[in-house]
Amino acid sequence: MEFYRSHVLVCTGTGCTSSNSRSVISGLRKELADKGLEKEIQVIETGCFGFCNLGPIMVVYPEGVFYCRVSQDDIQEIVEEHFTKGRVVQRLLYHEPNTTVKTQEFNDIEFFKHQKRIALSNCGIINPEKIEEYIARDGYFALAKVLHEMKPEDVIEEIKKSGLRGRGGGGFPTGMKWNFAHKAQGDQKYVVCNADEGDPGAFMDRSVLEGDPHSVLEAMAIAGYAIGANQGYIYVRAEYPIAVERLRLAIEQAHKMGLLGKNIFGMGFDFDVDIRLGAGAFVCGEETALLTSIEGKRGEPRPRPPFPANSGLWGKPTIINNVETYANVTRIIRNGWEWFASMGTEKSKGTKVFALAGKIKNTGLIEVPMGTTLRTIVYDIGGGILNDKKFKAAQTGGPSGGCIPAELLDTPIDYDNLIAIGAMMGSGGLIVMDEDTCMVDIARFFLEFTQDESCGKCPPCRIGTKRMLEILTRICEGKGVPEDLENLETLAKTIKSAALCGLGQTAPNPVLSTLRYFRHEYEAHIYDKKCPAGVCKSLLSYKINEDKCRGCSLCARNCPAKAISGKVKEPFVIDPEKCIKCGACMEKCKFGAIERK
Amino acid sequence: MRSLEELKSLKAKAEKEMALREDTGKPTIIVHMGTCGIANGAREVLNTILSELKSRNLTDIHVTQTGCPGLCHLEPLITVSEPGKKNPYIYAKVTTENVKKIILQHIINGQPVTEWLVNLEK
Repeated sequence: MEFYRSHVLVCTGTGCTSSNSRSVISGLRKELADKGLEKEIQVIETGCFGFCNLGPIMVVYPEGVFYCRVSQDDIQEIVEEHFTKGRVVQRLLYHEPNTTVKTQEFNDIEFFKHQKRIALSNCGIINPEKIEEYIARDGYFALAKVLHEMKPEDVIEEIKKSGLRGRGGGGFPTGMKWNFAHKAQGDQKYVVCNADEGDPGAFMDRSVLEGDPHSVLEAMAIAGYAIGANQGYIYVRAEYPIAVERLRLAIEQAHKMGLLGKNIFGMGFDFDVDIRLGAGAFVCGEETALLTSIEGKRGEPRPRPPFPANSGLWGKPTIINNVETYANVTRIIRNGWEWFASMGTEKSKGTKVFALAGKIKNTGLIEVPMGTTLRTIVYDIGGGILNDKKFKAAQTGGPSGGCIPAELLDTPIDYDNLIAIGAMMGSGGLIVMDEDTCMVDIARFFLEFTQDESCGKCPPCRIGTKRMLEILTRICEGKGVPEDLENLETLAKTIKSAALCGLGQTAPNPVLSTLRYFRHEYEAHIYDKKCPAGVCKSLLSYKINEDKCRGCSLCARNCPAKAISGKVKEPFVIDPEKCIKCGACMEKCKFGAIERK
Repeated sequence: MRSLEELKSLKAKAEKEMALREDTGKPTIIVHMGTCGIANGAREVLNTILSELKSRNLTDIHVTQTGCPGLCHLEPLITVSEPGKKNPYIYAKVTTENVKKIILQHIINGQPVTEWLVNLEK
């Protein structure tokens, strides 16, 4: 074993990889070798810290110094200053928004301070490609405990009492699901992990798989023991190459150590896990469609009952849980159900991971106790709205969820509260919107997504979402008629009650929730033919204010449609017939002479 | 994996390699590496500390660096800071020889080598 005085952790999650963390790592290794420090300083590739907009991220231990946006050009300075002379490179430290404070240690950063990391507790701390690091952090001890000390019934009871609910969206109690599968008769049973994360903007499952793959494998083995299954499948999107690679490696290492395979811990329990790649169809995140896809058929849902717990994969009893749910299981077994149940609200225990996106200062991945208010998430963790604009709404649950308006910012977030206000937990995407967002346009965007992803098996979803999208598009184009709102509501209710699967049943949610809280915006589009947020192009018009225009001709030179004309030093004019409403002129004008209405 | 014991011993081994990333509750040795320190042999002192800790298998002792504290005539300096203690111990004119004694007497046995300390408040 080498003796290192410093560990440098560099994030190699998908976010930081795309901002070039790989070249930072290779550059750093080379520089350390050149300075003869490679035996003192160890460079470790780790999973996502969650602070993705600051990537590539580097944390230096034992001090815990947090560097962000590290580029190859910074490496020489870091090695010379920090690793040779012990001087922290101030300019690369995290700069707290809204203040001038620079924060050195990452536990002091506001973004991390309000978080409680359970499912993400190993992400950004361990090297996901080394099983030893997972074991050092108590990995596989939950499996050992289960096999040595607990009967399958005890395991199910423990999960039941913890109050863990499915983190994939529906929020069904995990312990009950396991119990059904445990009681179901069958010579062969299966454990499935749903890693088909399809919500636009959500990436918590990917981060767990990339940063802590063994926690999912261990929990699947525990689930297998609890229900009497010895085969597991992870259904993961092929668009997650890093996650797939790390999972493969993790399965291989667990096999080598005998933590998967035959006769684990010599207790006579066999368990194996295989990976199945999904082609990225949103509907395959629905459990019955996912199972059909694993079977090698076209990914389409089927009616329930029978539920998968009784008749799932190849007609055998199957449990199917989401990645984040599994990531919680090992911690519950190790720390006991009381520990888990002590966090959260009455009916929603533990924590929830959210992917923060949209018009917010700190985008990234966060984990907070259930019951945390949206205000804490947006303002304390998220640092507030970009450019200090006004908060308008937050969208949770992706295409299945709804919008939460500003007046509900103080609602404690849990499964039941979100349903009550017309939104949904979903897998945990949280998109923040500011005053420049048009809610009708947002509803149209999500409908376009679900309509496109509808598998076409049942008519309510296939035809209904298409009709709804047509109406919404019409409204955005300024051709809406007063009956449209009523028609939208009728269609929405019909699809909700008649669609075959979760995709269809929840597809109208974005429309219903925006109608509920932002009806005035729909009405402005229909009656006044105006888009209050200034987004819907057909409803906008650009005009040059004659008093402000200096006649510099900059707008005319930048207009791609040649719609602006005039004489130099005299006010210019926009021809509304030719104008394509791209806004290029408005951006270029130095005098603020161009007005949008 | 045939037994729980095997997993436990594996954990103990792996934990040592990861101790740098955890708060171990053990003292931290800080080597002052300003230009003055380096010129007076701080680099050699640092290397000796590392090899000494390695040979004694003391992976839970953190070694970090910092800049010049201003006592350039007393370089190389090292600071030993113990968790929970307000004032750290600062050793002056450390050599590759006496640093071994500091590790043995102070780090391992918890008895600061008082004659080499420069702290004004003792």
